[in-house]
Amino acid sequence: MSEPRDLVGGAPETSFTLDFDGRKLPAHSGQSIAAVLWSAGITAWRTTRQGGAPRGAFCGIGSCYDCLVTVNGRPNQRACLLPARPGDTVTPQEGTGHGALV
Amino acid sequence: MAPSSDPRPARTAAPAPGDGTGAVASAADLAVVGAGPAGLAAAVTAADLGLRVTLLDAGDRPGGQYYRHPAPELGAERPEALHHGWAAFASRARRLRDHERAGRIRHLAGHHVWTVVRKDEDAAGEWHLHALAGPEEQAVTVRARAVLLATGAYERQLPFPGWTLPGVVGAGGAQAMLKAGLVLPGRRVVVAGSGPLLLAVAGSLAAAGAAVPAVVEAASYTGYAGRLPALLRNPAKLAEGAVYGGALVRHGIRLLTRHAVVEAHGTDRVEAATVARLDRDWRPVPGTARRIPCDALAVGHGLVPQLELATGLGCATRTTADGTAALVLDEQQRTSVTGIWSAGETGGIGGAQLALAEGELAARSIAGRPLPAELVRRRSRLRAFADAMGAAHRPGTGWTGWLSDDTDVCRCEEVPAGLIREAVADLGATDARTVKLLTRAGMGWCQGRMCGQAVAALAGCAPGPDRRPLSCPVPLKVLAELPADGGTAP
Repeated sequence: MSEPRDLVGGAPETSFTLDFDGRKLPAHSGQSIAAVLWSAGITAWRTTRQGGAPRGAFCGIGSCYDCLVTVNGRPNQRACLLPARPGDTVTPQEGTGHGALV
Repeated sequence: MAPSSDPRPARTAAPAPGDGTGAVASAADLAVVGAGPAGLAAAVTAADLGLRVTLLDAGDRPGGQYYRHPAPELGAERPEALHHGWAAFASRARRLRDHERAGRIRHLAGHHVWTVVRKDEDAAGEWHLHALAGPEEQAVTVRARAVLLATGAYERQLPFPGWTLPGVVGAGGAQAMLKAGLVLPGRRVVVAGSGPLLLAVAGSLAAAGAAVPAVVEAASYTGYAGRLPALLRNPAKLAEGAVYGGALVRHGIRLLTRHAVVEAHGTDRVEAATVARLDRDWRPVPGTARRIPCDALAVGHGLVPQLELATGLGCATRTTADGTAALVLDEQQRTSVTGIWSAGETGGIGGAQLALAEGELAARSIAGRPLPAELVRRRSRLRAFADAMGAAHRPGTGWTGWLSDDTDVCRCEEVPAGLIREAVADLGATDARTVKLLTRAGMGWCQGRMCGQAVAALAGCAPGPDRRPLSCPVPLKVLAELPADGGTAP
């Protein structure tokens, strides 16, 4: 089965792991957090405020805000825009992401 | 064609005096908002002509959505494999780097402009552009004598039952994630909606290793036949279509025209899509539904011009052939507000080639140079083609027939179609704004970008132009620090 990498060739400069909900996910420098999650087969990482429905990346360009996630304790980050960095801890976000403060 | 005689900024001989705050040394001759095809072409052309340019862009790398490409650290050897017309970008990106080194262009990457204001009504048109920089959202103000808005577009979405399931993504979104991050939303991806972008997306996804069981197109490509003159005058566009068509054949992808995905199925993620035939008005034809298994669904119905900075300044708009609102521009690419130019998708969806031409024309106008006749002809040709495509893919009025009352139309505020229908039928709402006040549809994080077109259709009105006082969420701290006259922040 071919992969996107086969199309463009080359190799990432550095690779590391990202902590997501207690799992270690393989990540490459230059990828967004959403890209890391998608390559691990994960398409949902938050639940909605009203219905508690699962959501992930939708527009992919930072317009829809559906991919909001908590990164290193900071809620409401757009996973499709935010670059993944070594040492990042990504937490699935429930509702507003401020539940711990209530 | 000679430019008219109204005042426009001339080439600067010496730095302009500061405004006393000391925050910014001098005003640029031109501020360009957006580094996609239009903004990039405009910035390098203006710098070639001797203007001092500040280029502000929300992205980390130039190219916008169309030329989106992986970060250098991802080490892609052949980023052009994911693109059509990469050479046009590569040559302009090179010129941008040269101008940056020479100090003629200041490229502010990662800067999201959230409002543009005229500093002083009496001054000779100096503008202040307020931006948020980087993930820390630092407040930055840029001053300029002229502004070019090249803010591009976002995808038009028409909701359907199940469209909020994980794995259902924007067609442009899937394309963007692939181009920038080299990732796929799934292994078996149905591509659906309307417009030529679907063919490009299906071709890219398949080339990158996904199985694409079908491209589901609501319009009929035979709808182009009545607009043949515009097609025949655009051989390059026909060739582009043939490339995408060829890619579909090569990857064994079925193109189902006059069909739509009327429901996505699954619990925690999409598992299948129900596809139905449409009548001329896009009403699903009963008894034609069939199910296609998939683990992702990429949907989109063309693009919507991103206009809030322009409408915030009072720029006039018009409704285009595809049913969206775009800026009114004259042959010099001037908006109705003196000192504000625009190029690319903001003047009507037309694609990258048109955006490149318009960006160059706008820069020449701003520099007070004549417009080359060949470039003007090229713009008319491409604009005519865009209008023909736009009309062919304009959503039919019957599409709301596939919404059930419990389909969330507003993704952010989770407002179902039934509540919006109630606001229209029982509470008398006749426009999107009233629906918003009654139901909260369009009041969430995305500010109606995802549901605005759908809410307007349900309210029975034409979608209005983008109107948002702030183009993105702005920290209260940043607003509080703005001086009352809208001038440079301390």
